[in-house]
Parts: sequence; structure tokens; C-alpha cells
Amino acid sequence: MKKNLLSIFLLLALLLALVACGGNTNNESTSAPETNAPETTATEPEMEDATAGGGGNYVLVPKNLGNPYFDTANVGAQEAATELGVKVTYQGSSVADATEQIQLLNSLIAQNVDGLAISANDADALVPTGKEAIDAGIPIVTWDSAIAPGGRTVHINQAESQGIGAVQIQMASDLAGGEGQIAILSATSTAPNQNEWIGYMEEELKKPEYAGLELVATVYGDDEDEKSYNEAMGLMQTYPDLKVIISPTTVGIAASARAVQDAGKVGQVFVTGLGTPNQMREYVKSGSAPAFALWNPGDLGYLAIYTLNAIASGEIQGNPGDTFEAGKLGSYTIADDGTILLGPPTVFNADNIDDFDF
Amino acid sequence: MRTMINNGDGETAVSAKRFSLNFFLRWEWLLVALIIVVVIVNSQLSPYFLNTRNMMRATSDFMEMGLMMLPMAYIIITGNIDLSVASIMAMCASLLGYLHIQGVNIWVAAIAAILLGVLGGTLNGFLIARVKLPALVVTLGTYAFFRGIAYGLLGDQAATGYPSSFTFLGQGTLGAIRFPFSAVLFIFFAIIFGLVLHKTIFGRYLYAIGNSEEAARYAGVAVGRTKMSIFMLSGFMSALAGIVIAARFGSTRPDVGTGLELSVITATVLGGINILGGSGTMIGAILALILIGLMRFGMGLVNVQGQVQSIAIGLLLIFSILLPNLAQQLSRRSIQIRRSTVLSTATMLVLLGFFIWFFFWSRAAILSQ
Repeated sequence: MKKNLLSIFLLLALLLALVACGGNTNNESTSAPETNAPETTATEPEMEDATAGGGGNYVLVPKNLGNPYFDTANVGAQEAATELGVKVTYQGSSVADATEQIQLLNSLIAQNVDGLAISANDADALVPTGKEAIDAGIPIVTWDSAIAPGGRTVHINQAESQGIGAVQIQMASDLAGGEGQIAILSATSTAPNQNEWIGYMEEELKKPEYAGLELVATVYGDDEDEKSYNEAMGLMQTYPDLKVIISPTTVGIAASARAVQDAGKVGQVFVTGLGTPNQMREYVKSGSAPAFALWNPGDLGYLAIYTLNAIASGEIQGNPGDTFEAGKLGSYTIADDGTILLGPPTVFNADNIDDFDF
Repeated sequence: MRTMINNGDGETAVSAKRFSLNFFLRWEWLLVALIIVVVIVNSQLSPYFLNTRNMMRATSDFMEMGLMMLPMAYIIITGNIDLSVASIMAMCASLLGYLHIQGVNIWVAAIAAILLGVLGGTLNGFLIARVKLPALVVTLGTYAFFRGIAYGLLGDQAATGYPSSFTFLGQGTLGAIRFPFSAVLFIFFAIIFGLVLHKTIFGRYLYAIGNSEEAARYAGVAVGRTKMSIFMLSGFMSALAGIVIAARFGSTRPDVGTGLELSVITATVLGGINILGGSGTMIGAILALILIGLMRFGMGLVNVQGQVQSIAIGLLLIFSILLPNLAQQLSRRSIQIRRSTVLSTATMLVLLGFFIWFFFWSRAAILSQ
């Protein structure tokens, strides 16, 4: 008898604790003056409603939380929010998984937010959820990674392949001083993005201003650090006059820069391509990779919120041809395929790299 | 009447008063109480919680998990485990997608997917029941194996363009309250699985195997055949979950539902089904699924971050195994056990403190934004 009573007390204690902490959270969230009165929460729904229904309540949804790339996008989004006088919440699932992201989106749709800016974990699986949001009057702007048409209002392209190809040849030409041997170190030989970019690079090299550059080899590091490192070493041995290694992949560019340092060829061979500031900082400063490019995720988040606000406020419908102003980034027009192009990639070098943290 | 909170002393004489007390001390009642608490707290925290449409939309997020949880309850009751459920789900969904791309009729593809699921379950069952390998190791292997087949079928592409008659399975709703069709499917199977577990000889065999496989065998239970059949059943239900998730997403990718098996096992164990086998009820598992669903939905509504939601579910799970343990220890009187009781109580209090702190902390993070 006594023992069972004890168990009951334990259960009751647990329940009371749960109720109590629920009540306390209420009080805290509203900063209500009443103390120790969980019953006085009747006014709360209205209060939350006021913040939610007042317009300009947007959510920036990354693929997952805890990723510096997306955190940088959020910095840009918050900057846009301050300029526009709207509220942007940064909400993501713990892992980059479509199932969890759909759960999250459902709860955001349920909150009747005014707009969603999403980096999708699965272009197709999110279509039904996106459609449901649009039906509920919530515009969907996708950035970084799109939801297929039908599940989004507009998509923001971070860069077009041609621009990515062009900027890398431009950087290579600057580093080589306009003439000399260059080589490409890519990911896998079947990687669709890289192959498309390399195709545009080859196009670009045909231009007269790049006549002095000679593409001597394209090798593949399979996006593995060690293999990329060895391939870069191999390039330097095979082509002693090599001036620039272009690596359009974040793994390859860091491995190549390290290889150049280890081979003692800093100042002789330069590495460029696509990379992230945090990963490339030491190589930019050591001179083995003085410049590289990438779109700026901060600008991406910034533009996503401006686009979302333009649509949600009724300034534009989100149809092809619509034009709107996006603060410091200037004017944008929605293209025929329902996308917006962020602009040319940002070039990172010793002058600006310390302004970025992702 | 099986009670979750067992009296370890083996008391057989149970007075009427004691019986009713035990009845209300059942784990299921605690789950009901927790559900009520969660509903009250959430409806206070968010005006969007008690909204039928929202609730119905959130329900469909948990139905695949529910479908796989039903056979998982059987498997855990026998003292086994199946880590490959989500992989079977992905494999079957991928086969469905693959056949659809090849131009096969979607319903033929769905039947093929079901057959593949049963085949996968049979492989598990064969290795566990006939070759007598431990379920944990076998299904850990097939967990990777089946997922690999899913990637082999679809590679990095997605299968899309399912007809709307098919996507109805996952996206369709019934009536004015928009009750999800997948939930109807779940309720149908939940009733069957519940009745079979609690009202048939087959169900009693499952408990017998879980309590002592040796004893069950001597008592004439066809242990091998029973185990074989529950793993096949698990394959079947996982395939069904695969079809529902493909219909809900309107597309299939081979990485669908990665890690979902752990959520399934969490719900089963939180439902009071002993991970060592031998006890637990179907209603408990279903209540736990509802509890997890409501907690996740509620926390999503007040913008609690994904990782923090996992912390809450994890803590709840630890509670769920500590509490019955503690109650059991309290019912014994030896000094030695008392010492571990103190330890358990201390752990619970620390966890409780952590739980409360975490609630404040998670809300503070949102408020500061």
C-alpha cells in the first residue's frame, strides 16, 4: 500500500512539474506582470496572434541548423528584416532531411506566417507541402536549393553556370599574368555541376583576351581530400611550368592549396576556384590561393527576404517579368522560368576575406 | 491483467483494492495524463494548436512511423529488434519509383513493392529464426543492405509524377475535417494488430517468447515460425509505409526516411513495451505515438528548434524507462536495493531539473530573436 502511494506521488510530482514549467514558460513568454498564476494565460493567444497576424512575419528555413553557410544567410536575412521593418525567424530541422523539413513546414503553415524562404532538402518531396502553403496564402521563395515549380512562388538562383565558369577563368588569367599553363582539378568525372562549369570555362578560354592561357590538363580528385592532394602534386610534377590550378570544388581547392604550400611553390603556382572563406583563409594569407570565388550566402538570404516581402506585401505577384527593388543589391526582375538571378559570384581575396565567416 | 509496473516480489494474492490501484498505476494512464498535460500546455502556448485542420495536417507526418511501429511492438515484445524498417521502407518506395519510371502501372508497381518488402522481411526472419543469429546484428546488416538497394535502384535521381489516384494514399483527406486517409489506414491496422496481440493465441505466444524463449519452446510454441512471421509482417508494413510516404511526397528519393527506425523504436519503448521483451501493450505504443506527435507539433508551433525537440523526446524516453524501474525498486525492501533507489531518484530529479531548465532555455532563445 505504502509503496504504491509512493509511486503515485512520484507520478504526481512529475506531472506537476510539467504543468508548472508549462505555466512558467507562459509567463516568461508574455512577460506578464502576474506572478505564479498559470491560470492567467487566457490573454496570451491574442498576444501571439497580434505578432503573427500583424504582417511581415517571415521564416527563413535552411536545410538544417548549425551550418555556418546557412547562418551567414541568416545574417543577411536579418539585415534585410531590419531595413524592411519586418520580423524574420530562423527555423530549421536538426538534420538535412526532407521528412523533418516537411514536419517543420507544416507547423509553420499552421502558425499562419506571412511567408516562407526555404532552402529545400528535396526538390520534389516538398512540392505537396509547398502547394498547400501557397493555397493557404503563404508565398514560398526558395533559395540555395529549389523546390520544383508548382511548390514555390519564385526561386532565387545563386549563380548561373556561365557566370561561375567566367569568373574562374578571369581569376586564373589575373593570377597567371595573362599567359601560361593552367590546369583544372575537378570533383568526380561525372559530377554534373562541375562538368557544366568546366564546359563554360573552355568556352571562355576561346575568347581573344585569354589567348595566352593554355589548358594543359583536367584531372579528378573525386572530392576526396587525399586524392585531390595527390592529383595536385602530380600536376605540378608533370607540368613544371604550370602557373594556375583551378579547382571548382571546395574539397579540391583546399587540397590543391595545401599541396602548393607543401611543394614549396607558393608564388610560383597559384590555386583558384570555388571555396568558402573559413576553409581558404590561411591559404589566401599564405599566398598559395590569393583569390577564389563563391556566391555570398549573406546576399542570398538578404535577397530572399526582400523578394518574399515584395510578394507578401502585394507589391508584385511573383510572375515572370515582375520587377522590384532589393535594398543594397539593387533592382531585380523575375525571369521567364520563375527564377531570380542573384548576380555574379563574389571574389574573395586578402582584402575582404576577414569580413566573412562561413 | 498485465501491469507495466510489476511487483517484483511475485505477490500473487492481490486484493481488490490493490488491483484497482495497480490498474491506475499502469503506464498507459501516465501516457494519457502526459497527453492531457501536453495538450493543455500547448493550447495555452499557441492559438494554432487546437485547430482541426492544423492537427490533421500534422497527423499525416507520423503515419508512416505508426505503420512501422505496429509490427515493431510485436518484435520487441518477443525480445528482438528490427533496425531495418526504414531501409525496407526506402527500398520498397524506390522500387515503386523505379518501376514507375520504367512505365509500369503504378498499382502493379505498388504490389511489387509490397512483395519486395515481404521478401526483405523474410530474409531478416530467416537469418534470425532459422540461422539463429541475433536480431540486432542481422537487422543492422540489412539496414545498410536494403538502403544500398534503394540507392542502386534510383541512384541520385528522384522518381516523380505519380498519378493523383495514387498520391491520394498519402495526401488524400476525408470529410470536412480533412481526416487524412493514411490515418484511416493506420487505425485499421492498429485495431487488427491490437486484437491479434491481446486476443489470440498468437499474441500470447509473442509474450511467452519474450519472457523465455526456452520455456516457450518446451511449452510447444513454434518459436521459429512465430519469429519468422513477425519479421515478414514487419517487412510488409514497412513496404506499406514506403508506399504511403511515396504518395505523401509525390516522389521518391532513395534517402527517404533516413533514421526513421530510431523514431519507431522510441515510440514503441515509450509506449511501455519492455525493450527486453515479455511485456507491454499495443494501446501503450499507440498512445506514445500520439504523445510524440503532439509534442513535436506543439513545439514546432512555438518555434522550438529541431535539436531541442529531440532533447525533449530523448529525456521523455529516459523517464519512461527510469520510472517503472524506480517504482519496482520502491516496492522492495532490502537495504541494498534502497541504495540504488536513492540513486535512481537522484537521477530523476536531476533530469527533471534539466527538463525544466531546457524549457526555459529553449523559449529564451526564441524570445531573444
